[in-house]
Amino acid sequence: MQVFPCPFCGPRNETEFHFAAEAGKVRPDTTQQIGDADWATYLHAQRNEKGTVREVWMHMTCAELFILERDSVTMDVLGSTALRKDAT
Amino acid sequence: MGAYSAWSVFREGLRGGTGWKQAWRTPTPKKHYDVVIIGGGGHGLATAYYLTKNHNITNVAVIEKGWLGGGNTGRNTTVIRSNYFYPESAALYDLSVRLYEGLSRDLNYNVMFSQRGIALLGHSEHDMEILTRQYNAMRLNGIDAELLSAKQVQERAPILNFSENARHPIHGAVNQPRAGTGRHDAVAWGFARAADRAGVDIIQNCEVQDFIMEGGRCIGVATSKGDIKAGVVGAAVAGHSSVLAAKAGYDLPITSYCLQAFVSEPLKPILDTVVTSPAFGTYVSQSDKGGLVIGGGLDRVPSYGQRGNMPVQETVLAGLVEMMPALAKVKLLRHWGGIVDVTPDSSPIIGPSGVDGIFVNCGWGTGGFKAIPAGGYLLAHLLATGEHHEISKPFDRSRFETGRLVDESAASGIPH
Ligand SMILES: Cc1cc2nc3c(=O)[nH]c(=O)nc-3n(C[C@H](O)[C@H](O)[C@H](O)COP(=O)(O)OP(=O)(O)OC[C@H]3O[C@@H](n4cnc5c(N)ncnc54)[C@H](O)[C@@H]3O)c2cc1C
Ligand SMILES: [Zn+2]
Repeated sequence: MQVFPCPFCGPRNETEFHFAAEAGKVRPDTTQQIGDADWATYLHAQRNEKGTVREVWMHMTCAELFILERDSVTMDVLGSTALRKDAT
Repeated sequence: MGAYSAWSVFREGLRGGTGWKQAWRTPTPKKHYDVVIIGGGGHGLATAYYLTKNHNITNVAVIEKGWLGGGNTGRNTTVIRSNYFYPESAALYDLSVRLYEGLSRDLNYNVMFSQRGIALLGHSEHDMEILTRQYNAMRLNGIDAELLSAKQVQERAPILNFSENARHPIHGAVNQPRAGTGRHDAVAWGFARAADRAGVDIIQNCEVQDFIMEGGRCIGVATSKGDIKAGVVGAAVAGHSSVLAAKAGYDLPITSYCLQAFVSEPLKPILDTVVTSPAFGTYVSQSDKGGLVIGGGLDRVPSYGQRGNMPVQETVLAGLVEMMPALAKVKLLRHWGGIVDVTPDSSPIIGPSGVDGIFVNCGWGTGGFKAIPAGGYLLAHLLATGEHHEISKPFDRSRFETGRLVDESAASGIPH
């Protein structure tokens, strides 16, 4: 059983967490005309890196989204950061 | 090097097996090949074989970073079937089943394809409606299918849980009689031996580390054993597809996940078909050695670590015990994981990579063992002609741009 750190609740069981997406993807500005290729890249392309990754995860128990940095080979957790600016 | 036959097995039995020759060579890589295939799993080896057989191209190398079949080909639960929903998928996977039907003879290697059927269980009235829809789709696609009542399921697999208070009572099943299991290593080894005999160089313990580019076209690969030039390159590296894509500079809509499997201690024969239960997220068959081969759903965390995690293990095994309570005391012998390449629509990507000179065969995710002969057949066609075969066309990567996905994820129950 792996323990993941929620920036709000602290260390919790892995089953409480849900992987949401790779971090850093920016939605194209759809108020402008955008091409099929750019839209498809946004929707589907993944970096899917081997090694250190930055991802958006949700701690389902408290429903907060946060950034989890981890190693995709060893599963070591390298850090977790709140996405909210004014997290208290 | 002689062909394998009943006579050769008998003769070698008499002389203590001293006459067996090595099944393939260990060549030093040449400087140049007409075709270089990256990945010595089933798909890469089958591609090499069909290049020699269908296109008469023999100046071919298969480059494998580890050992043959050490990736998912040697780690899977060996279910072979073509009970898919969409006509495009049925055409692709049934090509594969048909090739499997003749494969032992074709390769002169026993791949032990055992057409014992696969029963997909329904556990409610609503499940049965969905299964009937699947049955109809299969029939429309020209695939063999039967709709079984609960009683018929019980006749075929009495070990299943038919008790009154089962958590998910069995209402029936849809069966594909021509589906079954094969011997995973034999598929890799059979294709390797046949390709080697036709002149293909199989180079193991050799990692492709980069691509050699010239004027925007890939003209070879840089490997741990030096540079190898190629007329054209094919990549069939499953869970590592994105790693190669990043080196060559094309995007892939692939996420790598770990998929786990389990094998029990050997038991007396108790199950002579494959049973899948989407409700439990578990499927199981019994190998010729008596071990139960058990699989389930994906780990939900993207991963390149070739080992599983406990929560999924618990789900799969709890499901098994509920499906067949008699097995509650059975011990596991082994448990392992493989890194599978999952696409947004659960269908493979076959075709040009987006970089000139490189073609890909990937995205098989949790279900590409069944597709090995077809995947090899179609990638060989692309490498030899530069053009899609009619059957691989719908699986071109352009579908992610046009939106014409072949979305099998919802149609096939649990991934396997
Ligand atoms: C637990 C489990 C159960 C499964 N069950 C089933 C099933 O029941 N039925 C089914 O149809 N499918 C199943 N699958 C899926 C199936 O195993 C795969 O889709 C299929 O084996 C993929 O074959 P492949 O040849 O593409 O990949 P692999 O067999 O993984 O081969 C790819 C090869 O590429 C090599 N490679 C990677 N990078 C490099 C590099 N840079 N240089 C050189 N070589 C490289 C790897 O070492 C590897 O040997 C299962 C998978 C798993 C993990
Ligand atoms: Zn929390």
